[in-house]
Amino acid sequence: MDNQATYNYKVVRQFAVMTVIWGIVGMLVGVIIAAQLVWPELNLHEFLGYGRLRPLHTNAVIFAFGGCALFATSYYVVQRTCHTPLFAPGLAGFTFWGWQLVIVLAAVTLPLGMTSGKEYAELEWPIDILITLVWVSYAVVFFGTIMKRKVPHIYVANWFYGGFILTVALLHLVNSCEIPVSLTKSYSCYPGVQDAMIQWWYGHNAVGFFLTAGFLGMMYYFVPKQAERPVYSYRLSVVHFWALIFTYMWAGPHHLHYTALPDWAQSVGMIFSLILLAPSWGGMINGIMTMSGAWHKLRDDPILKFLITSLSFYGMSTFEGPMMSIKTVNALSHYTDWTVGHVHSGALGWVAMISIGCIYYLIPRLFGKAQMHSVKLITAHFWIATIGVVLYIAAMWIAGVMQGLMWRATNPDGTLTYAFVESVKSTYPFWTIRLLGGLMFLGGMLLMAWNVFKTIAGGKAYDAPVLAPAGHHA
Amino acid sequence: MDIIDLRSIMTVLAFATFAGIVVWAYSGRRRAAFEEAANLPFTEDELPGEARQQKEGKAS
Repeated sequence: MDNQATYNYKVVRQFAVMTVIWGIVGMLVGVIIAAQLVWPELNLHEFLGYGRLRPLHTNAVIFAFGGCALFATSYYVVQRTCHTPLFAPGLAGFTFWGWQLVIVLAAVTLPLGMTSGKEYAELEWPIDILITLVWVSYAVVFFGTIMKRKVPHIYVANWFYGGFILTVALLHLVNSCEIPVSLTKSYSCYPGVQDAMIQWWYGHNAVGFFLTAGFLGMMYYFVPKQAERPVYSYRLSVVHFWALIFTYMWAGPHHLHYTALPDWAQSVGMIFSLILLAPSWGGMINGIMTMSGAWHKLRDDPILKFLITSLSFYGMSTFEGPMMSIKTVNALSHYTDWTVGHVHSGALGWVAMISIGCIYYLIPRLFGKAQMHSVKLITAHFWIATIGVVLYIAAMWIAGVMQGLMWRATNPDGTLTYAFVESVKSTYPFWTIRLLGGLMFLGGMLLMAWNVFKTIAGGKAYDAPVLAPAGHHA
Repeated sequence: MDIIDLRSIMTVLAFATFAGIVVWAYSGRRRAAFEEAANLPFTEDELPGEARQQKEGKAS
């Protein structure tokens, strides 16, 4: 038996560090466009206008920050729970450099105005092909590692990561079907409302699988690890997984209420969105209840604070989402800042906070340290980030409901009470509060970067030895 | 049989499959296997020797 073999942590280290860097870049762009809404004079140049920077922000935070966090944690978890080093480490290295190239290309092409115009799938066809190559390699490495596992079970976190990898491959291939007319321009294969439906089938499942299933994989490994007890109910985690798989795919039409989409399709989307509340809360409760009997750890462990708070935000936004998918509620909320608030309660509160918690867990272990350089700074980061998110989403809720009410208000003679510009004017104070919330969240990330830098500077790259098969431990 | 029948059958089959998974997951004979799987993250050795001692020293 080769006791000297070690896990392949190199690629995990690379992705973990880039998670922090891309997080700062993506959130900085977010802060800039939030400032542009308050001070339109900041639209300095066509390359740096709101319309060009907004897709850069969403792509950077979702695919660069979130993507790197998913790559880092999935490569770490799959090796350790399969008791075997990564399959095809060279290919794993390619996924790192390939993914970084995708991000850099996005950062160049989007400000230049090269876009296919599909939300969260703006990148043009040559980049789409590169994404496909990276993603197939990712699947080969991940499932190859599972194939050569030394334990009989596939741990539940790997089911979630696996579901995320397969579904994102499917979504990307179907939605990116496009006809190139030049190197930098292509048009969708689908006409009219079919294109809209496929786009939001993609868009909502990007939320459901990229931003949910993958991060639930993190939850099922890192919450038990940091709480030092197994997950509350393993059988619930199995049902949780399959319930998400069976329902998420059908929720997309709720993005197209009151459009040219057939009414029955809108209703299907609404009903499946409502059903989704059950698996979402089942998973959230499973994560939070893992703490039962260990609640005291929450008092002085800021990493657990990040993880458990992220689950609270997950619970909040997965209650809010189904509610907003109800047609009558959507009639008020759609196209307002309420949607933006909802997205950020999920993206900052859930996705970013669980990623941050996991990276704080990983960095010391990847660099041979017992803990981060400063635990106090993690606590500071936690509070700054939490207050930032709360300011952000509360401001957007109020702004959104206000906009919805102003847009629908009519005079007794049937004319509109408010001109659109009056709703814009009334929103300024809330956009300013949102900017402050975003600045705080970004500030927290800068503290993190400093803490990560000091931890790495004081440590040295460390690869843990591969564990003997589970049977040998008993 | 038209496409609507086919879709209905698919929906019923999918639901039955899911119900089957729930019954399977909650059946008593899966208990031991799930327990074993739930403990997979807890087979240790994550930190190098000195860092581990440092951490345990602080904990005790």
